[in-house]
Parts: sequence; structure tokens; C-alpha cells
Amino acid sequence: MAFRSDEDKKAYWQKNLNLMFVLLVIWAVVSYGFGILLRPVLDAIPVGGVGLGFWFAQQGSIYVFLAIVFIYAKKMRELDREFGVDDDE
Amino acid sequence: MDLQTLTYIVVGLTFSLYIGIAIWARAGTTGEYYAAGRGIHPVANGMATAADWMSAASFISMAGLIAFKGYDASIFLMGWTGGYVLLALCLAPYLRKFGKFTVPDFIGDRFYSSTARIVAVICLIVASLTYVIGQMKGIGVAFSRFLDVDYATGLYSGMAIVFFYAVLGGMKGVTYTQIAQYCVLIFAYTVPAVFISLNLTGNPLPQLGLIGDTADGTPLLLKLDQTLVDLGFAEYTAQKGGTFNMMMYTLSLMLGTAGLPHVIIRFFTVPKVSDARTSAGWALLFIAILYTTAPAVGSMARLNLTNTIQHGEVGDPQGNLVYEERPDWFKNWENTGLLQFEDKNGDGRIQYYNDGNAEFAAKAEAEYGWKGNEMVKVDRDIMVLANPEIAKLPDWVIALVAAGGLAAALSTAAGLLLAISTAISHDLLKRTFMTGISEKSELLSARIAMAGAILVAGYLGLNPPGFAAQVVALAFGLAASSIFPVLMMGIFSTKVNKQGAIAGMLAGLLSTLLYIFSYKGFLFIPGTELLANTPDNWFLGVSPEAFGALGALLNFVVAFVVSNMTAPVPDDIRQMVEDIRVPKGAGDAQDH
Repeated sequence: MAFRSDEDKKAYWQKNLNLMFVLLVIWAVVSYGFGILLRPVLDAIPVGGVGLGFWFAQQGSIYVFLAIVFIYAKKMRELDREFGVDDDE
Repeated sequence: MDLQTLTYIVVGLTFSLYIGIAIWARAGTTGEYYAAGRGIHPVANGMATAADWMSAASFISMAGLIAFKGYDASIFLMGWTGGYVLLALCLAPYLRKFGKFTVPDFIGDRFYSSTARIVAVICLIVASLTYVIGQMKGIGVAFSRFLDVDYATGLYSGMAIVFFYAVLGGMKGVTYTQIAQYCVLIFAYTVPAVFISLNLTGNPLPQLGLIGDTADGTPLLLKLDQTLVDLGFAEYTAQKGGTFNMMMYTLSLMLGTAGLPHVIIRFFTVPKVSDARTSAGWALLFIAILYTTAPAVGSMARLNLTNTIQHGEVGDPQGNLVYEERPDWFKNWENTGLLQFEDKNGDGRIQYYNDGNAEFAAKAEAEYGWKGNEMVKVDRDIMVLANPEIAKLPDWVIALVAAGGLAAALSTAAGLLLAISTAISHDLLKRTFMTGISEKSELLSARIAMAGAILVAGYLGLNPPGFAAQVVALAFGLAASSIFPVLMMGIFSTKVNKQGAIAGMLAGLLSTLLYIFSYKGFLFIPGTELLANTPDNWFLGVSPEAFGALGALLNFVVAFVVSNMTAPVPDDIRQMVEDIRVPKGAGDAQDH
């Protein structure tokens, strides 16, 4: 463990949890929200003769999942560096 | 050259490629690729994970289910990709930092108990074995068509080949073989999709073809909706099942994806913790190529199938396909017994419509003289393999799809069988019950376990409790309810102790098993169901495949309650949990 202080350790973990929370909210909104629960609302916006809700359920959510994973990897790398706990040799 | 010969040649070529790479990579492996601490590049690891992950359920079965369930099958698309978000954010980096060999190892150490490890091994075996049953269905379908025999014979031949494939072992575990398998698999999946999308919508990208317009200007999905409604079926894009069930089903698949041991261990092989995060992203990217293509494959296959049989106006006696003039693919699939026709009204033509729709059935009988749906059996699992033939694509494309389907089914089945046999020989025998076991006996017990698993899975695969993707969904429910929650609590809570984890895993696994067996039969044996498997009987409208999400909730609740009532977690374990939360200081990569 290479944290400068216990506060640093807590701050690092808290920032990680905050980032995870935001991304997991987006994860849930695009799939359970846009794809299932809010489909009747979103289908008012036509995509391919059906609607945006259908598109999110079969296509859009997957693209957003991809973005979430890469954004998390990038942000965490920055956070690791900021706190000096990255694993680059 | 006829199709059958061409198929043998293409399948033979791809298999020689895998074997060739396995031999080549093995020679250079010890010194070069698995040198201590170097591990495998995240992109390569992502591709290998994708090959490991995408099985008969993804390749053969899923698009078929989409074709017949339409919008409701979105659960598979979101569930099997969304799980990677959980894996990348919540599990992979921490388990990589922990740096042990297997998932039961983590659970055993974190919950400082060999009982916890044994329970984890049992959960792992139950989930993996169910998964293999699903693969066996896919393998049976692929081999019955490939060898032109009935389903049972296809299944037996497949079992024999899986046994050699897994026991010889050389095919699996070598990352470069899996990369080759991924390339064959994804090429075989996307090429016919591109052709069919071009034919129907003029757009070469299936992802855009799905939302594109057909030749007459009508959007593809609307045209499909109309075609189906004209024959008494429900609209393709309409939601048919309950909303709560859809959400639980999706959640169950997502949690199961993050809890399945054969996927998790792939992240132990990357060099660094940060690589575990990106590797999950690459894996998801390679998986997403197939998963975003699948809805196009499903919808277009349904449209082509329906239009082939009902090629003219509905109700026009000339509008239906004459049975004697049926195309070759129809005859070939009839030989497997997975496609069946019965001339109910004796007109020599095929009527394919929804006779379960009373209003439409009455109209069809009175006005058209139809006496019931004559396509008495259309197994959903044949759709992807039959799709290129239905669309009249060139023979080499059809042969390629057969090779891709076999690659997908065999690689995952072999991987799972290895996971099961390792769990029994390494986790159960060597680390727990027979610590003095020799390497030779360990290897022998691994092979016996593997042979046993193939026989059990093959036997149950003869009468599978659903289509391949549905059986696999049951396996995900079991992993979601038993393994995922304890991994999460092991990382994100310092309060959950060994009693809590053991009680939680047992509560999750047993409740889910009980729920599944009540509707699907004890050990899936037909006739032993306690309740009919219909939505009216389901608890809160949740189907057996979707129950894993509720089982997981129960697991969390039981673990927290029991932990609060028993002795707190020792200080050194607390320290260990805090340590795995930080990337720095991760050990060397594990060779799997």
C-alpha cells in the first residue's frame, strides 16, 4: 500500500465508488430504463419504423455498455496516477 | 462440388488450423508467452475471452430465439452484454489484484473457511453442468445437420468429439487457438448477415439494415410485423411477456455473466490490474460485434422463412409453397427431425400460421380451408444454421456457418468441462479432501470427472429443458444467485463473515434450484414437475430462467443478517480486503 495517508486511502476509494455509482446508474438507465420501462415513451421517437426504445433494447444499450467500460478504465487509470497507486512499472 | 463435401472440407480446414496453432503455440509457450509476470496482452485476452464466452447459445440459439420472440428476446442481448459492465467495474480488477488461481480459492481465502470453498465449488459445478447441458443441445443440432443424421445420433457423435477435444486439452487454454476460433466464429456469423442485409435492405451493415427500409420503401421491422400479423402471429416488435419478468430475466443474465467462473478466470491472466479493466472492454467489443448483428439475423431469418413458405397472398390457394417443391434446406432439416411438416388439409401445400390465435384460425378454416398450422415443429435452434440456405446464399457461406457453429459449441463446452474437472480435482480433492494426492491421480480424477460430466450433460441434453439459450439462461441464474453476491460482498464489504457467506450461497443456490426444479422437473427429468411452467403459476410472474435475480437478492439479505449475528471478520482479512482495492503491488499473472 502506497498511500501517503489514511485520508488519501479513504478519498481514493470514495472517488472510485462515486465513479462506479454514476456509471452504474447510466448502465441501468439505458437497459432497464430506455430498453424496457420507458420504451412506450421513447417509441414516440421513430427509428427504423419502430422506435427509440426498441432500438435501445436491441442495439443502443450495448453501445453504451461499451463506452461505460472504456470510460471507467480510463478514469481509473487517471485516479490511480493521481494517488500514486497505479501499477505501471 | 456438393454442399455436404464442401462443408466437410471447410470444417476440416478450420479444425486443422486450431490444431496447428495449438502445436505451434505450445512449442513457444513456456519460454515466450507465459513468462512469469508478462501474461497476455489485453486485446488478445479480450478476443480469447470472447471466443470462450460465445457458445452455442450465442452463435446457434440466440438469433433463433430473437426470430421467434422478437422484442422480448432483447433480454438476451442486454443481459449477456450488460454483465460485462459489472465484471469490469465491480469484479475483474479486484480479483486480478487478489491474484489466486480459481474463484473458489478467492472465496475460501476471503471468507477464511474451507467450508466456504467447498460450497463455492458445488455452486460452480451446478452452474457449469447446467451450462454444458445447453451446449449439448446446440452441439446435437449442429452435428445432426453436419452429419445429416437425426438429433440423437448427432448428439452422441458430438459428445464423443467433445470428449476428445476437452481431454486432449491442447485445443483449450492456448490463447492463440481461441483467437483463431474467434476469427472463424465472427467471420461465419457476420458474412451471411451482410449478404442477407444487402438482399433485403440494400445496406451491407446488418446493424443499419435492421432499422433500414426494404425494397418497396417499408421499414424492415414494420414489414415483418405486417407479415406476421397477416398470419395470425403477434407483432415482432410488440412486448408479449410481463415487464417485471423481463427486468428480472435481464438482471439474472447480467449477474450470472459476472459470476460465471470460466469468464472470471480469464482476467487473472492479464499482466496488470489496469489491464483487467481494459481487457473486459475489449472482450465486450468483440462480443458486441456478434450481439449487435444478432437482432438483424433474427428478424431477417423470420421474414425470409415466412416469405419462403407463404410466398403469395395469404388466402390465395397458390400463395403457399407446394410441399413437393420444397427447397433442399427444408428436406435436410426434416432428416434431423427438428423440422416437421404434416399436411393437415391434404392440399399438398404448406400452411404456416398461428393456429393458437382462435380468431385467425377460425377465419383461415372458413375462408381459406386451412385445417391447422402444418409446420408442426420448427426448432428455434436451427434458425441460424438454416438461415443462409433459406436466403439462398452460396454454398461456401453455408459451409462456413457450420464451421463457426461447431467452433463456438466445442470451444465453450471444452472450457466448461475443464472448469468442472479442475473444480473437482484441484479445489475439491487436492486442496480439501485428499491433500496428499499424486499429480497422476489428480489428472486421472480430472478425466473421470470430465467423462462423467459429458455423460450426464449428454443424457439430459437428449430431453433438454428448453432451447439451448434458455438452458444456458438457467445456468446463469444459478451463477447469479450463488457466486456473484459473495464475490461482491467479499470485495465491497468488510463486514460479511464466513458464516454469512456460506449461508448466503446456500440460500441463493438452493432457492433458485428449487424454483427451477418445481417448473422444469427434478434434475430436469420430464414428469417430475411440481407445477405447470406457465406464467400464471410463476411467483410474481417471474419465470424459472429469471429467478436468479431474486435468488441473488436472497443471498445478499441472508449473508448480511447472518453476519450481524455471528463473530466479526478477523483483522487480517479486513486488511486483505482493503489491500485488494488498490492496484499497486499486484502479483504476477496466472497462467490458465
